[in-house]
Amino acid sequence: MTPTAILFLVLAIAVVWGGLTASLLVLRARPERADYPAGGEHDQREDAGPVERDT
Amino acid sequence: MTAAPTTAPREAFTGQVGFILAAIGSAVGLGNIWRFPGVAYENGGGAFLIPYVVALLTAGIPILFLDYAIGHRFRGAAPTALRRLGGARAGRLLEGLGWFQVAIAFVIGLYYTVVIAWALSYFVFSFDIRWGDDPAGFFTGEYLRVSDPGLSLDFVPGVLLPLVLVWIATIAVLGLGVAKGIQRANVIFLPLLLVGFLALVVRALFLDGSAAGLNALFTPDFAALVNPDVWIAAYSQIFFSLSIAFGIMITYSSYRRRRSNLTAPALVVAFANSSFEILAGIGVFATLGFFAVQQGVAVGELEGLTGVGLSFITFPAIVAEMPGGPIFGALFFGSLVMAGFTSLLSVLQVVSAAFQEKFGVGPRAAAATIGGVSAVLSILLFSTTSGLIALDTVDHYVNNLGIVGSAVLTTVLVILVLRRGAELRGHLTAVSTFPVGRIWTVLVGALAPLVLGFMLVSRIIALLTEGYEGYPPLYLGIVGWGSLLLIAVLAVALTALRWRRSPDDFTPWPAPHQLPTSTTGGSR
Repeated sequence: MTPTAILFLVLAIAVVWGGLTASLLVLRARPERADYPAGGEHDQREDAGPVERDT
Repeated sequence: MTAAPTTAPREAFTGQVGFILAAIGSAVGLGNIWRFPGVAYENGGGAFLIPYVVALLTAGIPILFLDYAIGHRFRGAAPTALRRLGGARAGRLLEGLGWFQVAIAFVIGLYYTVVIAWALSYFVFSFDIRWGDDPAGFFTGEYLRVSDPGLSLDFVPGVLLPLVLVWIATIAVLGLGVAKGIQRANVIFLPLLLVGFLALVVRALFLDGSAAGLNALFTPDFAALVNPDVWIAAYSQIFFSLSIAFGIMITYSSYRRRRSNLTAPALVVAFANSSFEILAGIGVFATLGFFAVQQGVAVGELEGLTGVGLSFITFPAIVAEMPGGPIFGALFFGSLVMAGFTSLLSVLQVVSAAFQEKFGVGPRAAAATIGGVSAVLSILLFSTTSGLIALDTVDHYVNNLGIVGSAVLTTVLVILVLRRGAELRGHLTAVSTFPVGRIWTVLVGALAPLVLGFMLVSRIIALLTEGYEGYPPLYLGIVGWGSLLLIAVLAVALTALRWRRSPDDFTPWPAPHQLPTSTTGGSR
């Protein structure tokens, strides 16, 4: 490979994979907020839930 | 008697990792493998990195944030979430925009399955290099039996069988629901895809001529940077690759708990998607370098460097010439199947979720109904001898006009007309670890509609004046413009139908006064 092509290959990897690594590190260091506003209780379920039918 | 909850309980991803894997699975699709490498090569090579990263930071990630904010704050599929956002004033209009996005996803699902079915066939064909020494003739002749543009009911059995298999698998996964179906499928397929594709890239790097391919891809052509088309190509690539602006990320983020980090996972998803594109660029061009050396030509003289041509004609030709070709072919087509399948699940979940909410049905009934109808249409339209040309036409119109139009409408209506930028930005910052500044509102409210609006208008003009691929104007009118008309009609009709249970009794959390962007409370 030519030195210019190698330089841009390395640059692409550094910027994009570096961005991925940095965002993963940011997320790992602080996965969630500790200070959510009041409220916001879960409104979810993991199963499919009851089937509803008209009478 | 206890007070009824304001909203019915929703299904949910089991946690942050499950969501991130599903969102990456959605973003990483066929386009990462077959579109990015060729687009980068044709638009400045190494220099393309500059507009690409600029587009990622100024449009891709901001619109991804917008989708996440809408889905998570208003807790629903696109029609539900957008209707709630619109409120009494603009609820119905925005619900219509939501159904427009759902209809786009529905149409894309019809042909995306077909490409996965082809890849599944080619995965099997790889083992004995079924295409022999004429992959182009094999693909359009023996395999697809392509006829002239038109509407044929002459089914191609070789496509029909894998297509039915893909639909059965899709309906089964969607019917299992978000956590047990979609999330589990991504937890299995995404690591498999990464390992399989990494093996392919490593093998490609050790082929004779791989350096020539990488030279072609990464040598910068800085003159390209003054060409506006190159910048538009970068914005298009980022835009189409991230699965934004047609309901997918609204739907997926609505399945996260209310107390969930949004922006930091979005950065991981966006950079993971681009990381896979760079990896694909390296793998595809190292392989093309080998092929060019074998043919005794320069990489630039090769034909079929993107899309269907790259995957089903150029790559099979390379596999046939390569030592250990069958394994390489199986890795390539296996990767296409897995990348495509996890994206397909997200596309169809947009449709399924919207129907579940509007008509009060469960995931199983929705998957069976929508999957059944889609499977029949998909088989009728695309597993016939006219399937390839129909697919190419519908894909071009729906992507370039449908999705881009949807993005322009969403950003203009939500940010510029309804002025909800501050609320959504406040929502993102209130629940996330990565704060969103005022610049975000400018990017999604001004830059995105400008760039995307330009893309939309220039494409409409091109299609009206030049047509597409030389197909007959009547055919383009019926199949291309017709599919857009169908999407618009579906959007109007589905908005007009009655809700099984009104979605309007809904209180967003955090409440407006709790948002950091609030003028009456908060600190920021």
